[in-house]
Amino acid sequence: MVSMRACVSARVVCLILVSAPVRAQNPPELRWGGDAEGGAPYVEADATDPTRVVGFDVEIAQLLAAGLGRTPRFIQVGFTSIDAAASRGDFDVGLSGIEDTPPRRARLAVTVPYYEFREVLTVRSSDKDRYRSLADLRSHRVATLGATLAYDLLVEAERRDGIVVVTYEDDVHPYSDLVLGRVDAVVLDAILAQRGVRRNSGLTNQPAALAVGHYVGILSAEQSALRDRMNAVLRDAMRDGRLERIFRRWDVWNDDQPRLYARVLADNSPYPVSPSSLVSSTTAPDATTMTPEAMAMRTLSAPDAWEAARRYLPALLRAAVITIVLSCLSMVLAVLTGALIASGRIYGAGPLRLALTGYVEVVRGTPLLLQLFVLYFGLAAVVQLPAFLAALLGLGLNYAAYESEIYRGALEAVPSGQLDAARTLGFSERQTFFLVRAPQAFRLALAPMTNDFVALLKDSSLVSVITVVELTKETSIFAANIGSWVVPGMMCAAIYLAMSLPLARLARRIERGWRHG
Amino acid sequence: MATRMSVLDVRAMEVRRGARAIVADATFAAAAGEIVALMGASGAGKTTILRAIAGLEPIESGTVTIPRPVGMVFQFHHLFANMSAHRNVWLAPVHVLKQPRAEAEQRAHELLAALGVGDRALAMPHELSGGEAQRVAIARALAIEPHILLMDEPTASLDPARRGDLAATLCQLAMQGRTIIIATHDAEFARACAHRELTVEGGRVHVVS
Repeated sequence: MVSMRACVSARVVCLILVSAPVRAQNPPELRWGGDAEGGAPYVEADATDPTRVVGFDVEIAQLLAAGLGRTPRFIQVGFTSIDAAASRGDFDVGLSGIEDTPPRRARLAVTVPYYEFREVLTVRSSDKDRYRSLADLRSHRVATLGATLAYDLLVEAERRDGIVVVTYEDDVHPYSDLVLGRVDAVVLDAILAQRGVRRNSGLTNQPAALAVGHYVGILSAEQSALRDRMNAVLRDAMRDGRLERIFRRWDVWNDDQPRLYARVLADNSPYPVSPSSLVSSTTAPDATTMTPEAMAMRTLSAPDAWEAARRYLPALLRAAVITIVLSCLSMVLAVLTGALIASGRIYGAGPLRLALTGYVEVVRGTPLLLQLFVLYFGLAAVVQLPAFLAALLGLGLNYAAYESEIYRGALEAVPSGQLDAARTLGFSERQTFFLVRAPQAFRLALAPMTNDFVALLKDSSLVSVITVVELTKETSIFAANIGSWVVPGMMCAAIYLAMSLPLARLARRIERGWRHG
Repeated sequence: MATRMSVLDVRAMEVRRGARAIVADATFAAAAGEIVALMGASGAGKTTILRAIAGLEPIESGTVTIPRPVGMVFQFHHLFANMSAHRNVWLAPVHVLKQPRAEAEQRAHELLAALGVGDRALAMPHELSGGEAQRVAIARALAIEPHILLMDEPTASLDPARRGDLAATLCQLAMQGRTIIIATHDAEFARACAHRELTVEGGRVHVVS
């Protein structure tokens, strides 16, 4: 294969300053949003100068800006919040391998598609003949990127074929976990699939396309006039071969594109092609012979928000169960470990105290997100923890550091007179601890512990980065699917409150109970 | 010093906190059934002498001869805040002396009743008045059957009428053969119940005639 790197070094790299100071300029700016974490060939930080971005979306932004007589300026936006940022008007146009979907068309102004992609099934080469389609993967784990066409495809396959969907926040780890055997297949668009196969040895892309989709630019709904001008620029670039040159430079040009361009140029309406279509994996013809028109297209209709809410409620409640179970188990681990650490720091010998202090400082001083990554992905070469166990350990051991400080403070806050009284009565140190000191400290610790548990309940949302789908993740998938955060956000908040409020009440009742003896 | 055989014998006791001697060369003794008052101004070292005898302060030099266990009643009582008055009293007999629980509970009830706080058995320490807390603290100290009872400023939380009650209680306990050492700056109370008064000054103990 002609190396991607060779193409990269050969092309004319057009560079854009990420943090250029905003000045009154002539010509005016075209602010465009994308996620540099998405990586090549879309948008990525330039390896030689990380303050600049490169990629085919970067070049399309330049092409649009040039056509509109403006200067492009890149704005970094997280991929999952790109729709919300577009409708808020954080930038003029979003370009980051964004899929053309019915909800986007319903809520945003969407440009004509500039690239057609296929959803591809990637498996380990040794499984090439066993797993040819999703139907072969019943009860097996299939990975994808959340909030994408591929995700919708897999959710449907979960119902139809009984596969298990595993969602990732990024498009790199699905492939590395496929190599490790944590998942048995990955479904993503062909560009990502080719990159995944190139970077990991022992993987194969199945030839049959599972679906066809298109990349578009997105603007806020009020910007349809600007969108129409962009459409004109894109159509010109399709006609005169400038788009083709961009995609050839990035080595992603193929025969699907001229067919797409022909359809876009033949129909001058804002939406010359229908949004992304799903093709049943069992009936998909071989991709090399298949034309998009030949595909049995099934259009996803833009769902009404409340109808969608009803549809998503069971999934949200299931995710809430994951959240509460994970939080409770993590808290138990945190309380037990925290109590041991606190006792060790008060009663232990010098070296033990030093080691425990070191543990507390390191765990408190580094982000939980990083700890989760290290536990799940970093240790994968040594020990492959299942995602839920890694999440439980990560949350539990992180919170143990905080709990231990609460307990240490509470133990030290028990008046020394209480300990003097116990000594004169002849209690051993151990008896004094369990009969007098710990019960009194626990009462002092209860309020901050409740606080921590509520915080843990919400911090548990971080575990979605290691593929555990809990309440917040399910909500963001829901929001991305319907293109709005209003209803999903309210439902999610209501469920979190329904979990945390009874807890606070329970803690108050325990405290009251103690007061009365 | 003591006319009868000494139960408590303190000789040339020194307690230091850093470079400072809190107690220097304290020497005195007390016999069974004797009530001894350690008198002196605040900061004279009375409390430290009691704490050192009870084993709560390390002794730099000198000797303390004392039969264990020692009953100690602190100025601020230090009742265990996480349990009822009753449990405060029976906890040590059960866990330290390994008495059967039912027996220890019964004995605790009797002690509380004898000290006039039987009706407060189920109250938590923070629900007790100063006088009640002190009597529960005395019951707790007596429950481990000490030969010697140490009391730090016992009249600090009592009104005059209660002081009389306490003096009577201590006399009764002394008549049962217990040695009682009281640290106090209340001269009137000391005269009312102590057989002997000693003055503590600058950490030294003097005999007062």
